[in-house]
Amino acid sequence: MTIEARLQLDYPAFSLAVDLQLPGRGVSALFGPSGSGKTSCLRCLAGLEKAGNAYIEVNGEVWQDSSRKLFVAPHKRPIGYVFQEASLFEHLSVRGNLEFGWRRIPRNQRKVRLDQACELLGIGHLLDRQPLNLSGGERQRVGIARALLTSPQLLLLDEPLAALDSQRKSEILPYLERLHDELEIPLVYISHSQDEVARLADYLVLIEQGRVKASGLIGETLARLDLPLALGDDAGVIVEGRVCSFDPTYQLLGLKLPDSQLQVRVAHAQMAIGSRLRFKIQARDVSLSLSADSQSSILNRLPVRVTGQRLADNSAHVLVSLDADGTPMLARITRYSCDQLGVHPGQALWAQIKSVAVLA
Amino acid sequence: MPLSDPDLSAIWLTFKLASLTTLILLLVGTPIAWWLARTRSRLRGPIGAVVALPLVLPPTVIGFYLLLTLGPHGFIGQATQALGLGTVVFSFSGLVIGSVIYSMPFVVQPLQNAFAAIGNRPLEVAATLRASPWDSFFSVVLPQARPGFITASILGFAHTVGEFGVVLMIGGNIPDKTRVVSVQIYDHVEAMEYMQAHWLAGAMLVFSFLVLLALYSNRQGKPGWS
Repeated sequence: MTIEARLQLDYPAFSLAVDLQLPGRGVSALFGPSGSGKTSCLRCLAGLEKAGNAYIEVNGEVWQDSSRKLFVAPHKRPIGYVFQEASLFEHLSVRGNLEFGWRRIPRNQRKVRLDQACELLGIGHLLDRQPLNLSGGERQRVGIARALLTSPQLLLLDEPLAALDSQRKSEILPYLERLHDELEIPLVYISHSQDEVARLADYLVLIEQGRVKASGLIGETLARLDLPLALGDDAGVIVEGRVCSFDPTYQLLGLKLPDSQLQVRVAHAQMAIGSRLRFKIQARDVSLSLSADSQSSILNRLPVRVTGQRLADNSAHVLVSLDADGTPMLARITRYSCDQLGVHPGQALWAQIKSVAVLA
Repeated sequence: MPLSDPDLSAIWLTFKLASLTTLILLLVGTPIAWWLARTRSRLRGPIGAVVALPLVLPPTVIGFYLLLTLGPHGFIGQATQALGLGTVVFSFSGLVIGSVIYSMPFVVQPLQNAFAAIGNRPLEVAATLRASPWDSFFSVVLPQARPGFITASILGFAHTVGEFGVVLMIGGNIPDKTRVVSVQIYDHVEAMEYMQAHWLAGAMLVFSFLVLLALYSNRQGKPGWS
């Protein structure tokens, strides 16, 4: 299954022209500043907006093809949509909201049960409440469950956390991670928060001023030096490793990099061997050295190869892109050190990783 | 008995007229209000203005034009005659038609405001939850616009009860057919029957006050149609 959307939309002050090819599984994030056209893309996928010139195909089904004047009405598309504000129906109780879509799909297509959705989002105790009496976080969780209960083939989320304060955000993120892990429904997720994208996305589409600037797997896209993402102080890469060992004495978890024998160790509670764990390595936490100098407190040292370099957002720093046996990484070092080491593409170096942040 | 039989029959006729008018207005006014609240058409202004005309026109003007079009020489009158229905002027049906037009803005405007206040979002949500546009209208818009419907019904009913000019122009003063309370009071005064006029007028005053009281207390001091 894949999601294919070619959209062209023209407003007086804004035009959108994108060609999206999203994988049919996992979380695809549309990432970009406000007003870049992310929401328009999502609304076109849902059919809430009708792009003048568009071709949308999901899972082999064509939802819009303007060359054939074909347009499937939004209520006939098997989608779930989570709006930025939960937009619950205020004339219905929580249960009424949850059952609204559930009732309207044929019995034999109901794959998600009410109790499952309630359990997944932790809202079982709210069923008889009225939406007005819920907190922002609770409301949004009900909104997500309501969308899930239509057993969608595609779940679209328009910045579901943007209207919430940071405490509420961290209350919902774990639920979203569960969706990611436990459901086989592909998610398209809009966000302008790097943090959310880092935690949730598998596939990243960078949108700016109505155009796709880059798209690809998150590990690769975040490490690309030609994109502004890599240049900031907060730059880093996301890696999804597999647990391969646990040291109970020092409480260290060993994580293998994808398709590689290289591993990193992180301080973390024990986890089953083979389970996946996502972590972030900040570019500023990676230093480079010519030898595998082990005389330091640094836990993780990986042999890497330089693939490129670029001046950072200030002229004192340089970003070096690295390849650790197939896993792209970034190091943010001073231009002075870069010159001292004589960094050049193809060079073999040792990356010393000061800290690894486990995300989920 | 302070109220005579003709008085009671006028009250009953008024009640019948106002109920029927309100019912028709809810059926006719809802689509008009929906269209006015949501359309981006350039006709929105002109149609909205036409619907609001009875707010400012003297009732006699409306009555006069209705008399012309519905009467034996008017184009609607000729059509109804050709269909073998006769003319509707000076009949109860004529009164209903006149009242529907006369009270239209009092029903359409609260509904239009209620629909506008709901906005687009609940409809979009309903669509993503598989509800067709008709389904959304009945399962989302109607329940959410309920206060608007209550206000519209009360105002439509009350305003029809209070009409006089239009009735006199196209209905005349026929007992049991077109003689409503307002006309009956006029008759009493003409005939110097001040006592009877007092009772009926007082009843109207109390009725109107109670209606407005219900309206204003229900809406927390905010009439929904302004």
